[in-house]
Amino acid sequence: MSTQSVASATGPGVDPGRRRFLTLATTGVGAVGAGFVAWPFLASLKPSERAKALGAPVIQDISLLEAGQKLNVAWRGKPVWIVKRTPEMLATLTKVKGELADPENEQPQQPDYIKGDARAIKPEILVMIGSCTHLGCSPTFRPDHPAPEIAADWQGGFYCPCHGSKFDLSGRVYKNVPAPINLKVPPYRFANDTTIVIGEDPVAA
Amino acid sequence: MAIVPNPHKTTGFLGWIDDRFPLTKLWKDHLSEYYAPKNFNFWYYFGSLALLVMVNQLITGIWLAMHYKPDAKLAFDSVEYIMRDVPWGAILRYMHSTGASAFFLVVYLHMFRGLIYGSHKKPRELIWIFGCLIYLVLMAEGFAGYVLPWGQMSYWGANVIFNLFGTIPVIGPDLVIWIQGDYIPSDATLSRLFSLHVVFLPFALVGLVVAHLIALHEVGSNNPDGVEIKKFKDPVTHVPLDGIGFHPYYTVKDIVGVTVFLIFFVAVICFAPDGGGYLLEKPNFQEANPLVTPEHIAPAWYFGAYYAMLRATPSMFSSALPGVIVMFGAVLMLFFLPWLDKNPIKSIRYKGMLTKVATMVFAADFVMLNYLGLQPPTGLGTALSQIGTIYYFAFFFGLTVFHKFEKSKPVPERVTS
Amino acid sequence: MKFVITKGKLAFAGLALALSGAASAAGGHALPYSYVADVDNLPSVQRGAKVFMGYCSGCHSMKYLRYGRIGQDLQIPEDLLKANLMFTSDKPGDVIQASMHKDSAAKWFGQAPPDLTLETRARGESWVYSYLKSFYVDPTRPVGVNNLVLPGASMPHVLWELQGWQAKAAEGEHHAEGGHGKHSPFTSVEPGTLSSDEYDKLVGDLVNFMAYAAEPGRSARQSLGIKAIAYLLVLLAFAYLLKKEYWRDVH
Repeated sequence: MSTQSVASATGPGVDPGRRRFLTLATTGVGAVGAGFVAWPFLASLKPSERAKALGAPVIQDISLLEAGQKLNVAWRGKPVWIVKRTPEMLATLTKVKGELADPENEQPQQPDYIKGDARAIKPEILVMIGSCTHLGCSPTFRPDHPAPEIAADWQGGFYCPCHGSKFDLSGRVYKNVPAPINLKVPPYRFANDTTIVIGEDPVAA
Repeated sequence: MAIVPNPHKTTGFLGWIDDRFPLTKLWKDHLSEYYAPKNFNFWYYFGSLALLVMVNQLITGIWLAMHYKPDAKLAFDSVEYIMRDVPWGAILRYMHSTGASAFFLVVYLHMFRGLIYGSHKKPRELIWIFGCLIYLVLMAEGFAGYVLPWGQMSYWGANVIFNLFGTIPVIGPDLVIWIQGDYIPSDATLSRLFSLHVVFLPFALVGLVVAHLIALHEVGSNNPDGVEIKKFKDPVTHVPLDGIGFHPYYTVKDIVGVTVFLIFFVAVICFAPDGGGYLLEKPNFQEANPLVTPEHIAPAWYFGAYYAMLRATPSMFSSALPGVIVMFGAVLMLFFLPWLDKNPIKSIRYKGMLTKVATMVFAADFVMLNYLGLQPPTGLGTALSQIGTIYYFAFFFGLTVFHKFEKSKPVPERVTS
Repeated sequence: MKFVITKGKLAFAGLALALSGAASAAGGHALPYSYVADVDNLPSVQRGAKVFMGYCSGCHSMKYLRYGRIGQDLQIPEDLLKANLMFTSDKPGDVIQASMHKDSAAKWFGQAPPDLTLETRARGESWVYSYLKSFYVDPTRPVGVNNLVLPGASMPHVLWELQGWQAKAAEGEHHAEGGHGKHSPFTSVEPGTLSSDEYDKLVGDLVNFMAYAAEPGRSARQSLGIKAIAYLLVLLAFAYLLKKEYWRDVH
């Protein structure tokens, strides 16, 4: 038993380099471990298998959908619109192009296979997530025109009652409204001529 | 008004904080300049391990509560939802269920350490009392948590425990109904146990642990020699000659202990989360059914000893109350330990043979009672439980006199290495 | 084919059990057989899944097990999963429902057949294995069948075509079974389409599947355990050296 039990850290027999290395190494290995431990906690917050099952692709028959009408379907809890557009409606899409913020779909608001003014696989059938890209309200379908309470030269489209954002009949956003980008097109495919599967990409040919 | 500069002479960001909040002071008082005896042995790992397990329970508990439903109709399904549908949910649940058992295991070892080295004796009586309160809260926590999965064992275990209160004369039956909020353990019971399990009891637990540590750091740690290291200090630095800074010496040592513990902990979680039916009981994989009692009801393993005492005590005056009194009395005895132990010597190292043998027999007795409490009742088991129960109480009273009948060894002035 | 079996089984079950009353709980009987499930034997678990869907799922649900999970864990591609295990109206995210409606089941059997997702965890693997091998002819029962492990069981011997019929061996009389040298508490009365060994294998497959179903994450947690412990050993080495290094100061 010595009277002086604790030598100073710089005393004889102490290699400060070794001590530093071991401290850093243990801290490093421990930090890696802490990261691995954190993972189960963070990953457990992802949607569960039940949520995924409830968010599974939705199969919708559209044989009874009439031209000019809109159908609401819930996919992953969100409203999805299916609109059967008339030739007149499709004609408005080119007409309003100059007033749109992103007429050429440059923002990634649609799958790769959705292109052009119609933003659809079959031009007459519009499939779109009905959530405003501003703050998530669901815009109303306003194919009627003229509608001076919306805009002087309203050609028909979608109008968000929450903050007044305006979209054309392909869900492309107008300039100078609160919503910054176009409405989103979900992945979807046609199982046959009158059946849409929302949530699945088309089977590659 | 000018601020008073902090006495630690820290500068920069730390200095800014230290002028306003005692960060460096706390660090020094409780870690780097908290001087702990240099002769801690194996038994001194279990305090820090208990802290680690508590943190594990708190964090996994918060996460489980995100998915669990405290509703008698949904609870069982929500546990299976956690086990299957929540990503990593099974691991989180096993961490919590295994952690509960680990908590009791390390706390029992921690308490035994206190008993053999005299950590309950003056001036550490309050540390011991806070510890006993922590143990009580832990038992309540363990019981409430056991009920939440709402399986057959949860339900019938709750039923048995609540009926203990029914043995109280006159008010008993009404008291049980009041506690349950219904005529049987039911949705109302489950909801209130959930509230206690996740809100009140964890608050109480954390508060008591803080009090336990404050009291410890006020008087300083005991050690296997049971001598006070504060008696001999360096004349210049006033550091106890046999003390070493908790940080870094005991932090690096405890990291080793923690790692070894985690190897065992992970092994149970990943390879035997049921623990052979002792950590997760088979009947708890069936949803609670108030009409069918499982064949064999056993309490959670950590209550085995008290359950054995309950069963060993015969009913008197056509009342089961004596058993209940014995059972709660057994826990209550712990609170009186600092005053029942009249031996002037703290550590078992220097006590006589009688105390040494009696203490070892006490430990074996507690383990035996625990085992018997988990087995179906048999004639031999009941007889052994009765002997064990008598010994349990006799030991505490024996501590008042053992030293008069034995020859002690001289206690050294300073710690031995 | 699946539906034919199910319907035949139901007719038999209804007939057999209309009068049988509730099953008494299993007493403290020693199990006649012991079995340790192997959930890592994928072909066996896959076969067991098919047996379950063919013979058990008519009456018993597995309400916590999703088809998609089975496909993922047992490495069954979705088309095979749909063709072999799922009923036409099921989606991969669905759980296994009994084809029979719960209320009518309760009417026919006196009680609804229990959900079997957690059966091997609640009863034990050996129990389930023994139960499936312990149906015997018992003329004292209304329909002439009883079970050694669960006396008075309401369930008929659904696998009788495969196993055949057996009778309880008389007290003290034991018969070597299947050449394993094990003693069986039963004597065969009428052979089934499977040999004794083949039947044991089929029951083993089924119990393996049920053990998988009771805890689909079992293999995952075991492989996690090996990695975590390997990591902890590395940490332990560093921590130990660090402790040694600092404690050189302490004399």
